[in-house]
Amino acid sequence: MTIPGIIGGLFLVLGAAFLLLAGLGLVRMPDLFNRIQAGTKATTLGTLLTLAGAACLRPEWTLKLLLIGLFILLTNPISSQVLARAAHRTGAAKSEKTTVDRLVDDTEERP
Amino acid sequence: MTRVPAIALLFATLLLFWLFLNGSLAGDVLVVGIVAALFIAILFRGGRSILSGFHFTPRTIFAALGYLVFFLAELIKSNLHIARVVLTPSLPITPAIVKVRTRLQSPMGRLLLANSITLTPGTLTVEIDGEWLYIHWVNAEATDIDAATAQIVAGFEKYLEVMYG
Repeated sequence: MTIPGIIGGLFLVLGAAFLLLAGLGLVRMPDLFNRIQAGTKATTLGTLLTLAGAACLRPEWTLKLLLIGLFILLTNPISSQVLARAAHRTGAAKSEKTTVDRLVDDTEERP
Repeated sequence: MTRVPAIALLFATLLLFWLFLNGSLAGDVLVVGIVAALFIAILFRGGRSILSGFHFTPRTIFAALGYLVFFLAELIKSNLHIARVVLTPSLPITPAIVKVRTRLQSPMGRLLLANSITLTPGTLTVEIDGEWLYIHWVNAEATDIDAATAQIVAGFEKYLEVMYG
């Protein structure tokens, strides 16, 4: 077992752990918005760590993996934002714990 | 020189992606990349690139590095926060959709701000309306505009303002 191999393996396990937490978050969170929150963040870091692990194990892939990471960083939050917006516009149910919704307040004021 | 023409930026971005994908600087790869990138840059010269509106000065490059470090730290904090919430049996959340305001003017700066907010602890951009951003917050600590802006936006705005200001 080489040193980069061990580090790469650790990254892969850590990445998988965050992906597992994302899955758990999807099950446990009470409404769509909170689920998106859990999903987006944990999958972003989980995937990045997995890519870092792959880069340690296969150094010749590093540049490509870096590019994949960049695309994930840019597109993952955009897709989540668009999903959340679409859900809000179509009136997706919100958890009872939700305290304030400024967006509803503001859209109702407009004609 | 602070203003680089959009077409040159697009060309540079495309060529950089091509070289990253190929992972080689061999002559034929380089020539194909330059020709293709030039062709696309001319066809789509009105398009945006991640560098649109970015001023190239030492100060902005320094700010970009600071932004990257701050962002990665926030991303890790964000994951630990979600992990803690998800693993606590009582599921301690107090969600709210709050409204915040940004001083950023450039579209690219606002896009990066919205993206960064989505990836930082407990916040998710739901809607953008001009300078107003509506944020879903898992553990809302403040619901009025100024306090929420200070908590959510201020950290990133500091860097993005210099980069795209």
